[in-house]
Parts: sequence; structure tokens; C-alpha cells
Amino acid sequence: MEPQLVLIEQSFHVRYSVWVKEALDELDDSFVITDPCISGHPIVFASNGFQKMFGYSKDEVIGKNGRMFQGPKTNRRSVMEIREAIREEKAIQISLLNYRKDGTPFWMLFHMCPVFSKEDGKVIHFLGVQVPIVRKLRQSGCGVGRNSLNSCEDGGGFRETVFRCCRREVTSDSVMEVGHGLALDYFLDTDDGELEVDQPCEASEVEKMKAATAISNILSVLTHYSEVTGRLVCGKRCCLSGMGLLGSSLNISFGRIKQSFVLTDPHLLDMPIVYASDSFLRLTGYARHEVLGRNCRFLSGPETDPATQFQITECIRAEKPCTVYILNYRKDKTSFWNFLHISPVRNATGKVAYFVGVQINNICNSQSKQGLSPEMQHLSVVGAVKVAVRSLSMNASTS
Amino acid sequence: MLRIKRVPTVVSNYQKEEGDEGGRLGGGCGRNCLRNCCLPGAKLPLYAFKRSNKAANEKAVLSYENKEPPVPFLDSLLLGEWEDRVQRGLFRYDVTACETKVIPGEYGFVAQLNEGRHLKKRPTEFRVDKVLQPFDEAKFNFTKVGQEEVLFQFEPSEDDEIQFIPNAPIDPENSPSVVAINVSPIEYGHVLLIPRILECLPQRIDRESFLLALHMAAQAGNPYFRLGYNSLGAFATINHLHFQAYYVAVPFPIEKAPSKKITTTTGGVQISEILNYPVRGLVFEGGNNLEDLSNVVSDSCICLQDSNIPYNVLISDSGKRIFLFPQCYAEKQALGEVSLELLDTQVNPAVWEISGHMVLKRKKDYEEASEENAWRLLAEVSLSEERFQEVKDLIFEAIASGIEEPDSVNLSFLEKPDVTPQSLEDVDALNKGSQPAMVSV
Repeated sequence: MEPQLVLIEQSFHVRYSVWVKEALDELDDSFVITDPCISGHPIVFASNGFQKMFGYSKDEVIGKNGRMFQGPKTNRRSVMEIREAIREEKAIQISLLNYRKDGTPFWMLFHMCPVFSKEDGKVIHFLGVQVPIVRKLRQSGCGVGRNSLNSCEDGGGFRETVFRCCRREVTSDSVMEVGHGLALDYFLDTDDGELEVDQPCEASEVEKMKAATAISNILSVLTHYSEVTGRLVCGKRCCLSGMGLLGSSLNISFGRIKQSFVLTDPHLLDMPIVYASDSFLRLTGYARHEVLGRNCRFLSGPETDPATQFQITECIRAEKPCTVYILNYRKDKTSFWNFLHISPVRNATGKVAYFVGVQINNICNSQSKQGLSPEMQHLSVVGAVKVAVRSLSMNASTS
Repeated sequence: MLRIKRVPTVVSNYQKEEGDEGGRLGGGCGRNCLRNCCLPGAKLPLYAFKRSNKAANEKAVLSYENKEPPVPFLDSLLLGEWEDRVQRGLFRYDVTACETKVIPGEYGFVAQLNEGRHLKKRPTEFRVDKVLQPFDEAKFNFTKVGQEEVLFQFEPSEDDEIQFIPNAPIDPENSPSVVAINVSPIEYGHVLLIPRILECLPQRIDRESFLLALHMAAQAGNPYFRLGYNSLGAFATINHLHFQAYYVAVPFPIEKAPSKKITTTTGGVQISEILNYPVRGLVFEGGNNLEDLSNVVSDSCICLQDSNIPYNVLISDSGKRIFLFPQCYAEKQALGEVSLELLDTQVNPAVWEISGHMVLKRKKDYEEASEENAWRLLAEVSLSEERFQEVKDLIFEAIASGIEEPDSVNLSFLEKPDVTPQSLEDVDALNKGSQPAMVSV
């Protein structure tokens, strides 16, 4: 868990100035920010409103995947649509049944959008806003505002925060503003209980607008606080990556793979690394930006056998897989024996698009731990990478 | 008797043309198969899965999902073993060298150009009017595959913990279920799950086998690893009980199709009807546990096969959603009711095609692939509205004992406006024209 928390910290600090979290905490909305580049696509920020709505503390959700809020009655097709939106790096607004920490389900409108890096158009985060859906069926005959007020009175003194929100709503005649008290909606929904969980639920225009407004508010906070670091973010993809950087969907697929591996692009000059797994960085001691764009030979050193290096070059030239033991060097100049497997990886056109290199250090330990032999561990990474690269280039190949 | 002629799929390197049994001598029959001649002393990896997923409450489910390892072990095992067979050259072609694409359009049908899959095989006659046929030892069956084509044994664990034994003896007494490669893969990781292989069961769903398949989907824990089943008469070519499975990391069109809830069983299984899709079918999801879901689906399948209705099944979303399609294409084909133009493409609409993954044999068909063409083919697979209604009634009658509100099941459910919001959007989008728009590729 430790190294992941470090990555989560970095996920924010690399892009934004230190005050960003305080600014985000001032927003009432329920939202989370996730980082697709970290293994497991974890939540890296959860707002106060989110914690209130779901009943979890920050510590309980940071580092977790958003699927932890789904439950037995969550519509699977909706889950699939969200998964695909992430894969395609698109925004989505969808009704979703989620579960609070105490296990009670509730309907909410989930609005998610990618956050892009301005300089290379890469997705760096996903932003997800949750707006509870207030049932209109139960409110026959009276306005939304009125109903909120009534419900609130019934449960007077339920919780300080709730009450405060209600008071605010009382003074407001505008239907548009009703949704602003998140805690209120949370409370209303508890009132509904489980009865309506089975019924599909559609958000009102007001709720949809509220979600969209929250998204744009949060994006402007993020943009503002990224200006200071010079690594700007934006809600729209500003430029397309020309440098062979991988999309976030590939990053998510690769992030599931725990082993040490790199992907290199033979179509770029000197076959640079275009992806390096977290384990690879741990194994070699380098930071990601220190290895991306470089040829793998920087891992070699004075004692590395040139014959082995030649063997690798030959296999790559012939587009054949190969397995070698090679003496490699970490950033701190210490050496290690690398049980290395290299294999070509084809994309959807059937052409070799990348080479994957899987590193295993310390073979003796690796077998007992996972149950798979070192050779099988190599090959399972190759398989997973082949599936990801082939599938995720299917859309691209048609254009 | 209805028959169609088609090129049989070569799933094993030991699947010879009829009467072409060239055997080599050595230990056993000389080809290291899974029959008595070669089994003594044979070993294979064994993966034993946790059977109980009886969720005591919803929280248990949640915390389980949360603790899920990044890549489930079964997923790594399967990918590793499969890639090993790739590098050992056991496949007839490299499927990753076959061009593939998502066809632009509302649904995103997936097309693959595979010119090698059907080479070197003569068309064979298949009887298509009998969904249940007895096992025939004389024909090809999976006990005849080579042991090197088998990846691992797959069985429930005795002590209810996931277990892996890299080299476990094959114990015929234990009735092992195995996962083997399909040497003519239609995508990466294409395997066959053969329940209790040595019992030589014919292609026929039973509760235990279906649950095994569902466990495999759940244990792989990868939404892009799907299992499928074809009954006889619905393009299964080998009458030896098996499921197929492979990886494609894109959604299948059928998974995007909206659906309308019909009913919920006492076990919590929600049954819906698929809307706005060329093939009419049912979706099963939910359930208090995996077994509840499995039993409702297998009982439905048993009802269909006992009524001699050919069908296909797709297990999707790691076993959380199951699609069931009764179909009539082969019957139409045998009766000469399918247009020559469709027959010319030689696409056999089995479970993968119905789900929206089209493997095309001619470059021309691949290049001209459009949502409209896919739709036109699949429309021929579907039962008519009236027939589907009859079949649905038959299924609900068969599983009625487990349905909460039997009254709502009959014809009345069609009137119930119970469409999910996102479905409504889709319906609206599709209502612009019931035919998908023409697309140029």
C-alpha cells in the first residue's frame, strides 16, 4: 500500500499547487478524482460532500477503485457504459445505483469526465460527480422545493449539517437551487428506503444541470491551480499526442498487471520505452519520466555480456520472442540478474506495434510466491499486453 | 431430417478428416491423448476454485470486490498457458496477425478478417433438426486431443480456498474438467471448457456444467473474457459438451443493447427481454448468489433443448450477465430460406456472431462490413416476434416455480413500462430508424 500512496500524493502534486485540495474542499459537491495512470485506477481525491453522501472517510476511499460503491442491484449495463467511457476517454452522465458504507443503496446521477494535460493531450485524471436523484413520483402535487422542506421538517434535528442545508433551501424559492444541499438529498433518499431501489431511476433536468455545473466548477479550480505549476490541465483535449504516448485506456489495462515490464515502440527512433510499469520503476529505481522515451540499453553496464545484447537485437529484428539472462544495472549502479523475456506485440491491423519486455529479478523467490513458474509469469504478461494492445487499437484502425 | 453443409471448425490438431486416422506408435496411441491408453502417469496444472460465494449480506460482496487482486490468478494462468502454446506453435495461425476492427455505428460490431480459419477442410453435413443427440464415440471428441493442447484442470476446491498445483496427476476417478486451446482461435485466449471430459457428455446443458462455466467467468474476473455456448442446431459442430471463451477488450454490441425487465425470481435473478437488437433474446442478471443465477439460466436452457429449440448462450461481465438466444438460422438454411448472398459470406451465426463479433473469411466482406450488413445477417438468426413469444412462455412455464409474481409473467409484462432510463435514450436514438444507418468503412 505504501508505494501506491506515494503515487497518489504525486498524482496531485505534480500537476497542482499545494492549495488545490483546500480549494476543492470548499466546494459543496460530492465528487471524486481518479488517476488512470496508477495501477487499479484508484481514487486520489474525495470531496467532503462525497464523504457525507457515502458515509466513508477519506482514508477509506483513497486508493480504492470506484467499483467499491457498486452492489448487487447496480445495473450492470450502466457499469459497462462507464467502463467504456473511461476506455474511450469520454464524458458520461448516467443514473447509477450506488451503496453507502452502511450498505444502503441509493440512486444518483453520475457525471464523469476526463481531465487532460494541456501539453500533450493525455488523460491524467477522471473527475466523477455524484448528484443524488430525488424521486419525483413521491412529490405529486407540490413543487420540488416545497417537498424538500417538508421532508426536512419531518426529520428535524437529524443532523446539524442537514438542517443547515434545509434552512438554506427554505429561504430559496428557486427550484434550481434545491439540489445544492447534498446532505439534504442524502437525507431524503434515506427516507425512501429500499422500496424504490429496484425501479430504474432517471435524473431530472435540474439534477443533470447541477452535475454539469459541478463539473465545470471543479474543472476551473483544477485548471486554476495547475497554472502555477506550469503543467496545465483542461477539460477538453487540446492537442493530440504525437510522441507515441499511450492513451489512458491502455494505461488502465496495463495498470492491472503487477509485474515489471516495459513497452517499446519499434516505429520510433531508437525504439524508446513508451510504457513502464510501477514494478519496473521499483526494480530499477528510476522515476517514470527518467525512462520514458529512452532505449532499454541504459539498463546495461560494464559487466553486461554484449553477446546477450546482440541476441536481443537479433530477436527484435526477426520479430521473434526470446528469453535471456542479462546483467542489468539500477539507477544507483547496483547490478542485478534480469530474467528477461521479450516478445513482439501486434495491434489490430495485425502488424507489430510494440515489443514487450518482462523482467524478473531473483527467480528463486518469484516461483513460490505466485504459484506460476517464472516462464509462465513472463508469458502471462505477454498475453495480457497482447489482448490490451490488439483490442484497444480496434477503433483507431478504422479511422 | 434437416441437414446443412458446412466446413467444420478444426479445434484440435488431432481432429482429422473422417477416416483419416493416421496413428503413430509409442506409449499409448502415440499422440498423448486423454484416453485410457495415454492417461496413466499424465499430469496437468490444476486450478481449484472457491465454490462458495454465498454472500451473507451485501457488504460481504462489496468487501470481496474490493479486495480483488489486480489480475486474478486464473486470468494470468490462462493467458500464460495460452501464450506458451502460441510460442510452441500449436495454433494453425497467429490470430493477432488477423486484421480486426470495430465497425462504425451505433452498436460497434466487431469484424475480423480471418482467411486461414477454414482452409483445408471439406464441407461436412450436419444434422440441424435435433438439439439433443447421443454422444458418438466414433466421431471426433475432446478425449482425442493431445495433452499439450490442454492448459489445465479446472475444478471446485475441496477446502474452499483457491488452489493451484502446477503438476497434478489426471485422476479419471475424479472426473476432471479441463480447459483446452482451440487451435483455430477467433481471438486471443480462445479456449474450450470441457466439463468432466472423460464422461463423454453430449452437447447438452446441465445445472452442474453450467455452474462450472459461470465459476470460470467469475474467477477470471475480467469483463472482457466471455464464455459462450452453442447447442446443436445452433452451430455447435462437436457433440461433446463444451463451452468456448476468449478475450476481446471491447464491449460486444449485445452488451450495449437496452433491455426491459420482465420479472425477478425468488432467488433474486432478474430476467429481461433484449430490445432493439436484431436477435430476440433474454438477459439474466443478479441473483442472491452465483448458483441462483446459474440454475435459472440452466433450467431455461434445459427447457429449450428438451423442446428441441436450438439456442446460444453468452456469459458476459465476469458471469454477472447472461444472454440467451433461441435461434432458427440453421433450420432456415436447411429449408433453403436463407438468401444466397448471406450464405456466400459463410458466416455461421453462433454465439459470437450473435453477440456482435463477426469473423469474416473474405477480404471483400471485411472491407464492406457495415452495421447494416451485420444487422441483416443477424435478423435472419432471430425467431419471429410470435415464435419468440411462444418460446418465452415455454421458458417461464419451466422456471415458474421460482418466480415471485407469476401473474405478471405471461403476456401482460409487455405492457409494463419498466424500461431503464438509459434504455429509453437508446430506444429514442434507435427509433430514428429501426434500420441502422448506412455506414461507409
